Amino acid sequence: MKKASRITVLIISLVLISVYFVPVWEIELEAPQYPEGLGMNIWINKITGDLNTINGLNHYIGMKTIQPDSIKELTLMPYILGVLILLGIVTAMLNKRKLLLVWVIFFVLLGVAGGVDFYLWEYDYGHNLNPEAAIKIPGMSYQPPLIGTKQLANFTAISIPDTGGMILIGAGALSLLILLYDFKKKNKNIIIK
Amino acid sequence: MKRKSQTMFSLVLLGLIFSGVVIFTGCGNKKDKGPLIESDAPSKVYVEPGKYDEFYSFVSGGFSGQMSVYGLPSGRLFKVIPVFSQNAENGYGYTEETKPMLQTSKGFIPWDDSHHSELSMKDGVPDGRWVFINGNNTPRIARLDLKTFKTVEIIEIPNSAGNHSSPFTTPNSEYVVAGTRFSVPVENRDVPISSYKENFRGAISFIKVDQNSGDMKLSFQLITPPFDYDLSHAGKGPSDGLFFFSCYNTEMAHTLLEVNASQKDKDYILAINWKKIEELVAAGKGTDKATTYYHNKFDDKVHSASSEILKSVKTLTPEEVKGAMYYIPCPKSPHGVDVDPTGEYIVGNGKLSTVIPVFSFTKIKKAIEGSEFEGNVEGIPVLKYESALSGEVQKPGLGPLHSEFDDKGFAYTSMFVSSEIVKWNVATKEVVDRIPVYYSVGHLMIPGGDSKKPWGKYLVSLNKITKDRFLPTGPELTQSAQLIDISGDKMKLLLDFPTIGEPHYAQGIPAELVMKNSQRIYKLEDNNHPYATKFEKDARVERKGNEVHVYMTAIRSHITPDNIEGIKSGDIVYFHVTNLEQDWDTPHGFAIMGNENSELLVMPGETCTIKWIAKEPGIYPFYCTDFCSALHQEMQGYLRVSGKDSNVPISFSTGEKK
Repeated sequence: MKKASRITVLIISLVLISVYFVPVWEIELEAPQYPEGLGMNIWINKITGDLNTINGLNHYIGMKTIQPDSIKELTLMPYILGVLILLGIVTAMLNKRKLLLVWVIFFVLLGVAGGVDFYLWEYDYGHNLNPEAAIKIPGMSYQPPLIGTKQLANFTAISIPDTGGMILIGAGALSLLILLYDFKKKNKNIIIK
Repeated sequence: MKRKSQTMFSLVLLGLIFSGVVIFTGCGNKKDKGPLIESDAPSKVYVEPGKYDEFYSFVSGGFSGQMSVYGLPSGRLFKVIPVFSQNAENGYGYTEETKPMLQTSKGFIPWDDSHHSELSMKDGVPDGRWVFINGNNTPRIARLDLKTFKTVEIIEIPNSAGNHSSPFTTPNSEYVVAGTRFSVPVENRDVPISSYKENFRGAISFIKVDQNSGDMKLSFQLITPPFDYDLSHAGKGPSDGLFFFSCYNTEMAHTLLEVNASQKDKDYILAINWKKIEELVAAGKGTDKATTYYHNKFDDKVHSASSEILKSVKTLTPEEVKGAMYYIPCPKSPHGVDVDPTGEYIVGNGKLSTVIPVFSFTKIKKAIEGSEFEGNVEGIPVLKYESALSGEVQKPGLGPLHSEFDDKGFAYTSMFVSSEIVKWNVATKEVVDRIPVYYSVGHLMIPGGDSKKPWGKYLVSLNKITKDRFLPTGPELTQSAQLIDISGDKMKLLLDFPTIGEPHYAQGIPAELVMKNSQRIYKLEDNNHPYATKFEKDARVERKGNEVHVYMTAIRSHITPDNIEGIKSGDIVYFHVTNLEQDWDTPHGFAIMGNENSELLVMPGETCTIKWIAKEPGIYPFYCTDFCSALHQEMQGYLRVSGKDSNVPISFSTGEKK
């Protein structure tokens, strides 16, 4: 491993610690009656924001209440992130290119899995609507977007990465670049030899 | 010459008014009335939709007993805060939680005549913590908290009658005061009215304000000669430590005061050295007299008020506070006594006087030191008029009542009889401008205009007569106020706006000092109401003899429980409704058919209780009264009342299980 790669991997790993202290994802809901804004922030281990208000509104369409305690991922994620950080540090320390490959693959898989998991939760909340609810949503589908903006009844729902999410995406992208950089160098060397 | 003929005309006018002839109308010359306003006036009072006013104005509701909140410069009404009067709109004075607020030693008094709003101050400047307001009729002072815009405390004033010179405060709101407009026997008792001079006395009360909690405590009462103590203001800056009270009826008449109390050329302003008296009280001076008065406090933690009955008050006679009270002669039946922002000048507004006397604190101090007295009343020295006088404003107009000040050295005096506001220079006593008002102004208000730091941009004229200013509404017309621009040399009329009750007096304060503290909801976790129901699963109905307590919750869009059975005729049912919402501006109402009380209006996280008596067997619907959500009309339920001896058990539910 190049020295630059090792240092960058170490820095990324240390920067990732900050993800424990900032929200990862943000869902904003906009409607005329909420000039002060309405939204929720998903952290690595909790959900904050106007959860009670959102749950209160969602009962009209028969959505299950969002209860952070019932979401196992919020318990698991801090450990998984810990493993990622530790593995990064170990990679930088041991200076093994194979380990770098493992680390990056783990990182990318984690990102993909996180996205899929988030989508599945959204699908679950958005489709398991109580048929006896006061308001019947056409098609019984009220799923916020994975990322981007979508009109849901009177609300414009905006789903975007929060500070932690930006850090994760940035770090993930950088880890891929390191991998390319590190392996490309090696191949070049081989050819020259 | 012209001035003289104006005065002559004004005197004729005065005569006409006093003889009860109405001369203000005159349908024929409608077009002559009122100055043309400047073309930029509309833009000066127009507040764009969604934008905020620059000032809050807390306007007394007069005989409505309430206080109203207006925005300036728009003149838009934001809220009527119930203070001394029951208010069916939100249940104030009807709910079990707020009923104690209106208890007095005279019983439950559901009304009063509220006159003067007074903002709490810090260093002589309004600070936006609290507003005080007096109940004139059954002497009381209320404190409103500007976090919640709610009446949180009412203290009754014993030995007082007609609590008019109140609730003005000292520069740090150490005290609010209450001077009696009617002198009455101290320790009220059965005496001949003709024994006025010997048996009647004027009690002046100093109520200490706790700087953290705002709690009021009647500290001491000064028992003074039986005059009518009309208005008051505290000294500030150099004159801090003094409190000035105007008084009329120094003739000590007890009948036909209109004539008998208008005989003397000069009445008095009483200067009280309250800091000195504070020391005397601390040193043990004064007598504790038996009395009864109520002190009612609303506790935000339990969302409920409770009453404390107090049985004693410390009183001090002029003899006991020798050297701490002086009378200053003031022409003629003075009404307002107003202290300029520097604290040096004290303005006496003699309502029958042809001049406005301005007294100097420096001269008063010197006169006291040099014993420049012309006599004494019951041992209270009377200073020589000239020794205290800085100068007189000549020919200001007719019927001066009140003065407020701007930040450029000018005073503005309301003229009731000549229906105008007169601007004059405090240092030179020269009149520099005058503007007619419609009609017959009483108090006037400049935000901070009675403080050390006036925000001298607007003046509000609080008028006593409305007549033809608005579309007619039968014999009973709206009351009204007028907004005047005082930012330039000339006063300019900007706006007329209607007000509730009588807009007796008002206070103004920059909006940012208040709005940042305004509370949005009550946190459910902090709700310690003994009958709070914080979760729907805890909603229930409990019987205790013939009392039934309904622990009820409201959340969009259902009430829990919404089917109640087992109530018997003759039962007293208490609905304790907790609003489970925790979002901004999501109140729920509650009303049941045939309620002899009122509805409830329950704020998010709050618990309120209404009492309802089950009379005849039958079905009684109840529902949410405040349009809360798309399914607000569905937010309803039924209560079944059975016969006295029926066997229907108590049962309750919401949503049948399938």
